[in-house]
Amino acid sequence: MLSTEPIIQLEGMGKEFQTSNGPIKALDDINLTIYQGEIFGIIGLSGAGKSTLVRCINYLEVPTSGKVLFENKSLAAMSPKEQRKARQSMGMIFQQFNLLSQRNVLQNVCFPLEIAKVPSKEAKKRAMDLLKLVGLEDRAKAYPAQLSGGQKQRVAIARALATNPKVLLCDEATSALDPNTTKSILSLLKDINKNMGVTVVVITHEMAVIEAICDRVAIIDKSHIAEEGKVSDIFSEPKSKIGRQLILGDAAKQAVKFKDSRKIRISFDGRSSSEPVIAGMILASKVLVNIIHAEMKDINGTAMGQMVIQLPQEETEAMRVLNYLKTAKVPCEEVNDYDI
Amino acid sequence: MTFDSATLEMLKAGLFDTLFMVFLSSFFAYLIGIPLGIILVVTDKEGIYPIPWLQKVLGIAINLLRSIPFIILLILVLPFTEFLLGTTLGAKAVVPPLVIAAAPYVARMVESSFREVDGGVIEAAKSMGASTMQIVWKVLLPEAKPSLLVGAAISITTILGYSTMAGFTGGGGLGDIAIRYGYYRYETGMMLVTVAVLVIIVQIIQEAGIKWSKKSDKRIR
Repeated sequence: MLSTEPIIQLEGMGKEFQTSNGPIKALDDINLTIYQGEIFGIIGLSGAGKSTLVRCINYLEVPTSGKVLFENKSLAAMSPKEQRKARQSMGMIFQQFNLLSQRNVLQNVCFPLEIAKVPSKEAKKRAMDLLKLVGLEDRAKAYPAQLSGGQKQRVAIARALATNPKVLLCDEATSALDPNTTKSILSLLKDINKNMGVTVVVITHEMAVIEAICDRVAIIDKSHIAEEGKVSDIFSEPKSKIGRQLILGDAAKQAVKFKDSRKIRISFDGRSSSEPVIAGMILASKVLVNIIHAEMKDINGTAMGQMVIQLPQEETEAMRVLNYLKTAKVPCEEVNDYDI
Repeated sequence: MTFDSATLEMLKAGLFDTLFMVFLSSFFAYLIGIPLGIILVVTDKEGIYPIPWLQKVLGIAINLLRSIPFIILLILVLPFTEFLLGTTLGAKAVVPPLVIAAAPYVARMVESSFREVDGGVIEAAKSMGASTMQIVWKVLLPEAKPSLLVGAAISITTILGYSTMAGFTGGGGLGDIAIRYGYYRYETGMMLVTVAVLVIIVQIIQEAGIKWSKKSDKRIR
């Protein structure tokens, strides 16, 4: 279902900032290919360089080494005018929404169209259509100060889509929103991706956001890409330390209380969650296990989640549990204390 | 002191002169100050079109002009006024020195209003492919409008303060009357009346500026 036509390619890209304490490498040797029509996630802890990375994609930040290709054309080779034109093909939304406070909702959505010199009548019509799409047509005359956070982000999404971009860059777009609003914004992004074919790049520090909508993900840590791949693969088998940390998330807080025992993390993809895995494991291995942490989510119709269980002290009992999981093909891995 | 019709006429003429000087000077000061303020913000090394050397030079020039006491500037500018208007007398002759003194002040006020504009909004405009001029016209100016209006009230009242010194070079206006009658002739009553009129003008300008700013500000609802 994924297209194989690349839309954004980063080749050996690096970004160095000059500070009073000498140069700081924000990004180093970043190689990524984002394909047309996918939802690509970039996750990392704060300070990892993810916000700089997304700004390099539309050249709000100019990389100090390597290349950025948009539709196979290098942004560096473009004139400033062509770069601005390319930016109109890449909408962007932000954590703090960044709406114009002195313009009403309709005028905000018209703003990028004014910049693109679209006639005002046409712009208004397009803006109203977009407001309908995000469910805010009745608030067209309201000012940003009168809207809730979720509504503001919807306006920002409508605004970012006004010029019919091929890519939508989302910089921590849901980080300032409550969980319910986050869910509705994410499903809006998913719809936009599905119905309009817009490639979406999601920058976040929350694994839940990645799980919810992304097809593929890159984990960025200390200016480098730590690992990259399909979300389901990375979720069930994270290879990097930072990957394990991010995926463990809240579970780590629980697991740390059981520091001196062996723990395993079981991840559920759509398949295994329809079977009573834990019950089956307990019955088959005749071992009582302690569930330290469990979370289940409905992601695009399939139940996804993870569970951390404490293995029995006795080696043979622990082996029976592990063997059961292995034969049942339930993805699991040992949680090491250094992950937490 | 008696308020006969001649005194009232004089006060009326003084009031008219003062308003004429202040508003004409403010107009020209803003005509010069707004572009300067924009250049100060835009060419900053963190700005949307960095030209650090220009920003630096302009900043120093503005500081220099601002550090000259107005009373000295008033006299320094006399030859220029003579050249420009053919006279150094009357209310209109005070306009050139007032503009020269006020424009750098206005530039700083405008600069600080523009700096209040949320950097994120500017970044959003950039991400939409806006050019520098589009950012100035469509983001900086409209977003800074409420703050610019408050700044204008402060600037105009400051210019009013400067204008009261115009009497020293034969400029006229309320300040001139206050100095001539109140200070030189010890007519305290006359001085109090002119000062009272000045106080009322300041109050009106200040209040009007704040009200207008609040009314135009869409952030407060």
